[in-house]
Amino acid sequence: MTTTTASRYAAEYQSLAPVLPGQDLPWLQQLRAQALENFSVHGFPSLREEEWRYTNVSAIEKKLFSPSINSASSSIDTDWLKRYQLKDAWSVVLVDGHFSAELSVLAGLPDAVSVTSMADALVKYPTLLETYLGQAVDNLEHGFIAFNTAWFTDGLFVHVPAKQVLAKPIQVLHVATQADVLATTRTVIIADALAEAKIIETFVGLDVAYLSAAVTEVFVGANADVTLYKMQCESEKAYHFGGIYIKQARDARFTHHNLAFGALLARCDIYADLDFASECELNGLYLGAKRQHIDNHFRINHLKPNAISRELYKGVLDDRARGVFQGRVIVAVDAQKTESQMNNRTLLLSDDAEADTKPQLEIYADDVKCGHGVTVGQLDEKSIFYLQSRCIDEETARNMLTFAFANEMVDKIKIKGLHDRVLEQVLVRFPQEGVEKSWL
Amino acid sequence: MLSIKNLTVNVNDKQILKGINLEIKAGEIHAIMGPNGSGKSTLSHILSGKAGYTVTGGSVTYQGKDLLEMPPEIRAREGVFLAFQYPVEIPGVSNIYLLKAALNSIRKYHGQPEVDAMDFLTLVKGKVRLLEMDEKFLYRAVNEGFSGGEKKRNEILQMAILEPKLCILDETDSGLDIDALKVVAEGVNSLRSPDRSFVMVTHYQRLLDYIKPDFVHVLAHGQIVKSGGAELALELEEKGYSWVEDTKAA
Repeated sequence: MTTTTASRYAAEYQSLAPVLPGQDLPWLQQLRAQALENFSVHGFPSLREEEWRYTNVSAIEKKLFSPSINSASSSIDTDWLKRYQLKDAWSVVLVDGHFSAELSVLAGLPDAVSVTSMADALVKYPTLLETYLGQAVDNLEHGFIAFNTAWFTDGLFVHVPAKQVLAKPIQVLHVATQADVLATTRTVIIADALAEAKIIETFVGLDVAYLSAAVTEVFVGANADVTLYKMQCESEKAYHFGGIYIKQARDARFTHHNLAFGALLARCDIYADLDFASECELNGLYLGAKRQHIDNHFRINHLKPNAISRELYKGVLDDRARGVFQGRVIVAVDAQKTESQMNNRTLLLSDDAEADTKPQLEIYADDVKCGHGVTVGQLDEKSIFYLQSRCIDEETARNMLTFAFANEMVDKIKIKGLHDRVLEQVLVRFPQEGVEKSWL
Repeated sequence: MLSIKNLTVNVNDKQILKGINLEIKAGEIHAIMGPNGSGKSTLSHILSGKAGYTVTGGSVTYQGKDLLEMPPEIRAREGVFLAFQYPVEIPGVSNIYLLKAALNSIRKYHGQPEVDAMDFLTLVKGKVRLLEMDEKFLYRAVNEGFSGGEKKRNEILQMAILEPKLCILDETDSGLDIDALKVVAEGVNSLRSPDRSFVMVTHYQRLLDYIKPDFVHVLAHGQIVKSGGAELALELEEKGYSWVEDTKAA
């Protein structure tokens, strides 16, 4: 990034600062100042950085997105929003990076459980946030994280105290409505010991160009169980950065389902630190077409013995789309009895589509069971012939098999409302005609 | 129904079928027996249109049409059905979806409207009972995680629903225990009719205990070396394939 671009963003910060939440909190001010300084020097990541070598974000620099000061929630078509907002869930709606009370649904939450906008949380729970915000992530790790730390305007805060089991999922809807705008949000999810929660992050936007830069920190307490879903349906002109940084205590369980359909350029970071006997499962599906660029990037740190991590990412790339999978599993020297399996399967539907896949295992312990498997290829000819022998023409057979390939990941979603919405997204790309939805 | 004349087939420049002649009339059941490597599976693949084979000579006429000219799905819609030796697992596509898609493809091909949803379910559930299958199978992915017996039963279920005219059973008995074999055989027998023909490709005679063929042909080294009635299968069982292979040589 040129210094002029960085300083241009830095200059904007001055006008934005007074309206950023938590300005009365010295610890946060310090965090933001440090991040801003870091961003001013380094800017957004460049292709020279190993972990960004396949993803060129220079278009984001050139665009110079502006922060939105106000939420424009009144202009939102609620019928459109209902296509994404789950009925049987508590929801927090963030419009262009700002909490919308009128669109959010939080009635009936158990008293002990806190679900609020980040801005509210900084007023109500400043001490708790001081302990957690910025602790699951290195705020200076790269430009997007620094940028988010300096600039976040709002976000979601969830605290599920010990032994509480949430009866319904919590959905956070990130809605982008304005062209050339930045939506910078920070989410902190804390599940104390033995708590259970299911949280859904949904990203949607109107058909304009914007930048969504979201950072989510998840703290999974001892024996707690958190499932996080991410449904990324950004506009096809949008730029998306979404980083999810997880700290798992001993015996904690974390499951992630990453469903990426939209955006012109999307990068997802998932970093997890695993304590003793914790389990981390990462599932992903990405469908790329036209000139979409979808980058999924992981780092799993097995810090203590007996933890288990599993990754299964499936991609379908058509036209000139490009999919990047970079997964790194690091097993520390005393993380004996680690089990880890990383898989990435990509289906290329066109000669011009490109998959870059790079699984890495760094193992410093000597008694572990780790593996990875990567396939990039086309549909299985045997399966196509089988369907043809059952009267189905080749094109329909290919469509069915591609759908089926993707649907394996959809099937893993156990929240019915979300499952159906994700299925709909897959069906837009690979329509299955003459079949009842319940059969898919 | 089916007329194979002097058919020669190569795989990777190696001749596998060396002049097959076979006439199958409507309503007949023909068993094709032979040792491993005799070309049995090649014959069933060629009839169903699998890629990877080169026909170097001869012809296959099905109901007066050149079968070899048709792509696999057209053969299927015209009534040729291959029950696979190794049915393919299709994760993510449910049995019932495949059945409906297949049935509607046939109907569309013949200019008929799509099957009514209720009629379809009634039809399918009836056939499921006939084959002593659990209805839950319908909603599971095609062959995924099925036992060998379940896969074969599923092939027969598809056959029962699609009502083909020429059924090719490729080693349907392999991997089946005796109970599964009986159920599959009953399913096949229930489909016997004066206008439906069967070609059963098998290594062993035991399937023929349950589905009685009208004709038995022995395939060896890419040729039919002996043809006869059902009794030929028993004779083969007793004397082994070396008997016919030697006969040919002599």
